[in-house]
Amino acid sequence: MRISTFFYTLKQGISNIFRNKWFSLASVATIAACLFLFGIFYAVLANFRHIVKTAEEGVSVTVFFDEGLEDAQIQAIGDQIQKRVEVKDVKYISDEDAWESFKVDYLGEYADGFTENPLEGCDSYEIYLNDISMQSALVTWLESVDGVRQVNRSEVTASTLTGVNALIGYVSVGIIAILLAVSVFLISNTVTIGISVRKEEISIMKYIGATDFFVRSPFVIEGILIGLIGSALPLVFIYFIYENAVNYVQERFNVLSGLLNFLTVDKIFSILLPVSLAIGVGIGFFGSFITVRKHLRV
Amino acid sequence: MKKLAIDRGKRHTAKRGAGGSSNDVITLKNVSKSYSTGAPALNGVSLNVKRGEFVFIVGDSGSGKSTLIKLLLRELTPTDGEITVNGYDVVRLKRRKIPKFRRNIGVVFQDFRLLKDRNVYENVAFAQRIIQVPTREIRRNVPAILSVVGLAGKYKAKPKQLSGGEQQRVALARALVNNPPILLCDEPTGNLDPKNSWEIMKLLDEINKSGTTILVVTHNREIVNAMQKRVITVKKGIIISDEEKGGYIDED
Repeated sequence: MRISTFFYTLKQGISNIFRNKWFSLASVATIAACLFLFGIFYAVLANFRHIVKTAEEGVSVTVFFDEGLEDAQIQAIGDQIQKRVEVKDVKYISDEDAWESFKVDYLGEYADGFTENPLEGCDSYEIYLNDISMQSALVTWLESVDGVRQVNRSEVTASTLTGVNALIGYVSVGIIAILLAVSVFLISNTVTIGISVRKEEISIMKYIGATDFFVRSPFVIEGILIGLIGSALPLVFIYFIYENAVNYVQERFNVLSGLLNFLTVDKIFSILLPVSLAIGVGIGFFGSFITVRKHLRV
Repeated sequence: MKKLAIDRGKRHTAKRGAGGSSNDVITLKNVSKSYSTGAPALNGVSLNVKRGEFVFIVGDSGSGKSTLIKLLLRELTPTDGEITVNGYDVVRLKRRKIPKFRRNIGVVFQDFRLLKDRNVYENVAFAQRIIQVPTREIRRNVPAILSVVGLAGKYKAKPKQLSGGEQQRVALARALVNNPPILLCDEPTGNLDPKNSWEIMKLLDEINKSGTTILVVTHNREIVNAMQKRVITVKKGIIISDEEKGGYIDED
């Protein structure tokens, strides 16, 4: 391609946008609306996942031992536990540690009345899992280990979290599918309206002997620019909305602040930014490319 | 109106194709075209047009004139027969070669078909941009051809601001700016008053004298009768007469 042809094409693409102001505006609005919804859903879902994951990590299984078990034996059991695939982390809690933390959490100043440790012999392991759905398998195994007196687990939390996790998966797939379908429908509509204006123009160009490439290039450039603007706008909005929303929720519900652990806006944008731009540019490119192709056979 | 002063040297050189003597720029051999419904639009048409000829093609609507034009522009392919235009075997032309082929034929339509949102200069320059003429040359060629058609002063106007006759001249300038060996005019005076019609025809005659082969499809009886050129009459898909210095044949 000649340099002058390239600049001509670029100039035509840009002036096409202004020539059909309303069509361009409708297209930008459509893409922006879809990507705005997409962005909001992504931010909400990503946070949900993050919160659930944080909660999961806090769920643990506690193992207690038969009375009079030697430290060496406890150590051996600990090593075995550490080797299991389900296990992310094992923490040894001696009876003194357990009593100290119980005093701090529940007794406060009343603890002074105790002269010896009532939790004597209650050494334990706190086990953190890689994945909450593996809990029951691990518990079954732990109960079969010699020297284990009791296994405490949080069955309700585990099954709830597993359920929530699956639900989030289904809901996000469903919502994203619906959004994509709606945006494809809206965009093909806007492009079809726009192309009826261009149909004559394209046929004239073809009669004069323009190649498909020459006819198509300005439209494709126009599509890409519209896609870029359409994806940049919602990103800017979401950037500001997100920070405000997170601050608002954290202030309003600070009771839950331990539980609500939000992702930073940078973390969200490290994925949302490239994905949104790619979707916007992709829609613009393929939308114009395919729609023009239909009219090139003159 | 200025005299034609276009450099005719840099014209597309013809590739010799099948059929036709070296002097024939358009050759049709037993060309038929049927659409899925009804009688064939063209039925075994044969004709030759020599380089530099001026030919009128006349006939009622439905006679097959439009089909003939579409076949020459390779908008349609014939059901049967051979077509050669300026050395191109039009029937067997590959789709991606069509644009290059069409640059051999300047086209003028009844409804002008200008790009409405571009001014006169851009409409004419467009034909040059397609064949990637450097901008510097476009700036020289476009004003030159606009002065040939008598519109040098209106290069900034949009098509809407021009009269029908002026719009047709822009279309003519666009068709001519690339120096095509053939000019095809489909009812060029169909939307014009008699005065403007005559001016366009005079212009076509001058262009013809400078060497361009011209085909004019028309209904305009007075013009055909007055010009005394070759006239091919088409009726119901066949050529019923082909006369040098002919006239418009009455249907009844």
